[in-house]
Amino acid sequence: MSPLLHVDNISKRFGGFTALDGVTLEVAPGERLGLIGPNGSGKSTFVNCISGTLQNEVGSVRFDNKVMDGLAAHQRTHHGMARSFQLPRPFHSMSLADNLRIPLLYTVHARPGQLRTSAELETRCHELLDMVGLLPKAWQMPRDLTQVEMRKLELARAMAAEPKLLIADEAMAGLSNSEVEDILALLFQLNERGISIILIEHIMSAVMKFSQRLAVLVSGKKIADGKPDEVVRNPEVVRAYIGE
Amino acid sequence: MTRVNTATFSLIMVAIGVVITLIAHAIGVDYLYFASYTILQFIVLATAWNILGGYCGYVNFGSAAFFALGAYSSVFVHKVFPLPVPLLIVVGALVSGLVGLGMGYLTLRLRGSFFAIATLALAVVLQTLVVNWDFVGGSRGAYIIRPEFLEIGSFKIPYIEYLFILMLALAIIALITARTIERSQLGFGFATIRDDELAAEACGVPTLRLKLIATALSGAFMGMAGAPFPYYIGYLQPQSAFSLEYAVNSIAMPMIGGTTSWVGPLVGAVLLGTAQQYATVTISSAVNLLIVGLMLVAFVIIAPNGLVGLVQERLRRKRS
Repeated sequence: MSPLLHVDNISKRFGGFTALDGVTLEVAPGERLGLIGPNGSGKSTFVNCISGTLQNEVGSVRFDNKVMDGLAAHQRTHHGMARSFQLPRPFHSMSLADNLRIPLLYTVHARPGQLRTSAELETRCHELLDMVGLLPKAWQMPRDLTQVEMRKLELARAMAAEPKLLIADEAMAGLSNSEVEDILALLFQLNERGISIILIEHIMSAVMKFSQRLAVLVSGKKIADGKPDEVVRNPEVVRAYIGE
Repeated sequence: MTRVNTATFSLIMVAIGVVITLIAHAIGVDYLYFASYTILQFIVLATAWNILGGYCGYVNFGSAAFFALGAYSSVFVHKVFPLPVPLLIVVGALVSGLVGLGMGYLTLRLRGSFFAIATLALAVVLQTLVVNWDFVGGSRGAYIIRPEFLEIGSFKIPYIEYLFILMLALAIIALITARTIERSQLGFGFATIRDDELAAEACGVPTLRLKLIATALSGAFMGMAGAPFPYYIGYLQPQSAFSLEYAVNSIAMPMIGGTTSWVGPLVGAVLLGTAQQYATVTISSAVNLLIVGLMLVAFVIIAPNGLVGLVQERLRRKRS
């Protein structure tokens, strides 16, 4: 089967600093990939280059057999890529329901044959909120939410665009153990629907539990990619995390 | 709460417009037309500013430039090939709308205060151009002799009444447009730009295209407000067309009224505009900007979300 996402040798520089240095990565349809790396290793730059927030100078990104190079972030979202942000970025002047209405209006609505009536939109908003357990707060504002609820809203909004690939950028940072379990359960549930997921995370227990495959970025280079338990025993990975 | 649809709302607005016209005609005092024209002009300017500044969160300090562009397009066309004022309004809208589009395109990488500074720069550049362009009067200014009456066949009304009706129609069109945007997909998109552009892109919102729509639309309405101005004032010079008064008022009025809804700029323009007209007659015209400044300071402290925000907050508290 051809990969859903094919990142070929991408590099990104900021002035004299090389944030990404020839990274190649593939994600199969329905796969759960963990992406780890120490702080400053280029994980977020990698996500930003894939999702179109930044444009890579070298290499190319293919998604669903289409070349994504040069496309803006919103066009990649239309093609079926979704991401959540490391720090939740809700639309703070809108209710939770309206937050979800945006990807429904601008992405799902724009796809051919998916024209939804306003009643259908409403129902879909409610389904999504129900999925993450936020339905009772549908008309509240993001400022009324707790941290974990904010993360759930972030994931629900990414899901609203009905993506084929979800990139969850540190969706669990700063959460308690039980909250991490909550988010993990949610991600498993999404994966069961056939959505590929790239999980970028520092919480190793969660990453090990979730990932079918694990890739490691260090100083902008991919140093390992394979079965999670093998990757974490890789001497290079150990050195990057613990030192000599 | 039942929601009034756009068609019904438009009908209501037109009916209100007709009633205002009839009342003004019955009173028939020239001064009333002059004063109301200014207030209506500010309703258009404030509503136009709010489409970009309030809905999208991009603060434009160059409103005077777009207004002046509309006014000077009229002077230009008047000298080359005189057209009736309604057509001049269309020309003004096109010119200012295109410049708005260009400004949007050139400044789309700028956000926050940098965008505001760029718009201010645009105003300075355009004023310098006009001052040095002899054909439209340069720094001397240009005269446009306003006819005493508008005559179409046997129909005859004072020209100032005609200008007043035109500006009233423009204000109504601007308000209907703003309200329609607010409740549409476009309005939702604008609000995401105001809240968080990165997140908006990630949700599939084409932020660049929406920003260009907003700058063009906002510019076009400002140009429309400016197009009949030479006929109203009779003598147009760069200093009055590019006056600080327009830039400051178009920001202050929505801020005082509230920037999140079409009602805000309307309330702000009527309130501030009336206060200014009153002060001009009773005290002096120089006190205008002082009033704006003081009210703006007061509102930033007491009601940062404007009058509309204040009322909404009260209602919300009452409900919960």
